[in-house]
Amino acid sequence: MTEQQWDRESVRAIIAGLQDKPGALLPILHGIQDALGYVPPDSVPLIAEGLNLSRAEVHGVISFYHYFRQTPPGRHTIHLCRAESCKSMGADALETHVKTRLGIDYHETTPDQAFSLEPVYCLGNCACSPSIMVDHDVHGRITPERFDEIIANPGVGA
Amino acid sequence: MTATVYIPRDSSALSLGAERVANALQAEAARRNIAIDVVRNGSRGMYWLEPLVEVATPNGRVAYGPVNVGDVAALFDAGFLQGHPHPLCQGPTDEIPYLKQQERLTFARVGITDPVSLDDYLAHEGYRGLRRALDMAPAAIVDEVAQSGLRGRGGAAFPTGIKWRTVLNTPAGQKYIVCNADEGDSGTFSDRMIMEGDPFVLIEGMTIAGLAVGATQGYIYLRVEYPHAHRALNEAIQAAYQAGYLGRDILGSGKDFDLEVRLGAGAYVCGEETSLLESLEGKRGLVRFKPPLPAIKGLFGQPTIINNVISLASVPIILDKGGDYYRDFGMGRSRGTLPIQLAGNLKHPGLVEKAFGVTLREILYDYGGGSATGRPIRAVQVGGPLGAYLPESQFDTPLDYEAFAALWAVLGHGGVVAFDDSVDMSKMARYGMEFCAVESCGKCTPCRIGSTRGVEVIDKVTHGVERDKNLKLLRDLCDTMLNGSLCALGGMTPYPVLSALNHFPEDFGASATEKAA
Repeated sequence: MTEQQWDRESVRAIIAGLQDKPGALLPILHGIQDALGYVPPDSVPLIAEGLNLSRAEVHGVISFYHYFRQTPPGRHTIHLCRAESCKSMGADALETHVKTRLGIDYHETTPDQAFSLEPVYCLGNCACSPSIMVDHDVHGRITPERFDEIIANPGVGA
Repeated sequence: MTATVYIPRDSSALSLGAERVANALQAEAARRNIAIDVVRNGSRGMYWLEPLVEVATPNGRVAYGPVNVGDVAALFDAGFLQGHPHPLCQGPTDEIPYLKQQERLTFARVGITDPVSLDDYLAHEGYRGLRRALDMAPAAIVDEVAQSGLRGRGGAAFPTGIKWRTVLNTPAGQKYIVCNADEGDSGTFSDRMIMEGDPFVLIEGMTIAGLAVGATQGYIYLRVEYPHAHRALNEAIQAAYQAGYLGRDILGSGKDFDLEVRLGAGAYVCGEETSLLESLEGKRGLVRFKPPLPAIKGLFGQPTIINNVISLASVPIILDKGGDYYRDFGMGRSRGTLPIQLAGNLKHPGLVEKAFGVTLREILYDYGGGSATGRPIRAVQVGGPLGAYLPESQFDTPLDYEAFAALWAVLGHGGVVAFDDSVDMSKMARYGMEFCAVESCGKCTPCRIGSTRGVEVIDKVTHGVERDKNLKLLRDLCDTMLNGSLCALGGMTPYPVLSALNHFPEDFGASATEKAA
């Protein structure tokens, strides 16, 4: 069913536009995920063909990197920092709150497709711990109350 | 006269609402029919004062912070555009003690200039290092860097000049300059601040490195977690190309250097230099065996300089003011300055650039202001997730590579994360192992399997299952990881684990016999 959900021609265009770069595979995977929100498993043969790699090699790269995903994300992706600086300022309690509030664990998406939750190991916002990133916006000094406010209006930005 | 107002575009400032404050200032100025010129600068690094708004006055910049949207109208009422008093007024920015006592060489322009304005960069001594390097022989540039005593700001602290000399002396048709901008250590953010706050200094440093060894292509391998840095770097690179500071025939010198940003994809191990090179080549980031060194056989099999952001960003001032100028800061074999990052449970977290030799205690209390929670600081992790935890008895250690090594600790990238007395150090040790298990590239057995077993063994210890026997097993396992891993990920995970156990045995429920051992 995923076959119909993404546009093969736009993926072909991304591959064609980047395949001559040295070390083109990561730029291509970023291009596809930027366009579609994920790298569809059935796009792997197209990528493999474009770069003259085996499908196993392409799959191996996609699955190695935490950032690439092979299923469509929810409308908003929440990255919660699990690293030491955030832990020193209460990230473990925040994590419990977030999982309870959303009713999902890491790498899952809420049933209404609103939110996906991913762990992240450092957003570089350690002087404002604990931190989360919602889509492309980093938010610092997050309390459970602040988290609830942010997800009530996730498009507004930091 | 149009007043100039500065509000950072730094992502930590943005994470605290700087964008909303900038919009509110514009709107309030328009409502009052006042013309203001808003400059989006980098951050001064005083994050407890962000969003920090500065106003240019005849007597220098005056700082107000932390400014929230609700404060904006009152600031106008108080006459902040003329630098008048207000409860949020911090006085002249340069006189704030946190900033005034620093020794900013690499960060000289961060927070001051518009990061993507080439004119502003040039007006603040930018590109003077490159102009000098263009008149020098490659070996003379390398000598200048060697003379400065600059050491890599990664874990190994390898002398930069020696690395560059190896690349210079290795003949090849193509050489590369690779910037390791995959700063994934918790508690570090100085790379991000440079790339967001003064991207030209990194571009200039890489261009000089290219001239020094005859490399014509550079790559910045950037963490995907840093979207604002990505944008700032690309804007600056484009401006540098347009003005002839990058590309063909740089400033009419006949020398070429191209530069491109490549994004990583959330793999911590790609901060290890050989994993990074694999990733740049489009592969899984598996660590490579060394030798051969990347300086001899690096990216695409060619001689490659691979340095961290701060190392490369320190090169322009070394070329501008001379290796001796830089070397005269610091102590022992740790020369120059270290951008120290204060994070975690501190009242005044932020960026402090000081000559090597300042003590951890001065950093934690004189600058950091003690813990944010007001409780005693119990443990401090220095040097990222693979760095040791230091107890209060070691806070008088000077920040110096050798002094830290003598304590079986690392200075690494200069990240300092403070914990108050509510921390459970057995949990932090377990997290160290868990992090290694999640992030291991899987190539070598001690790291791949040792980290998973490490989590299990710590769980047994904390659940009181054959505690003494399992503590012995944990030490044995750490020994195997230390000595048998291919890279620093597996090889240094024992630092946080064993330091937690050695300094805080009570958190592991260790018996008196274990403490004595």
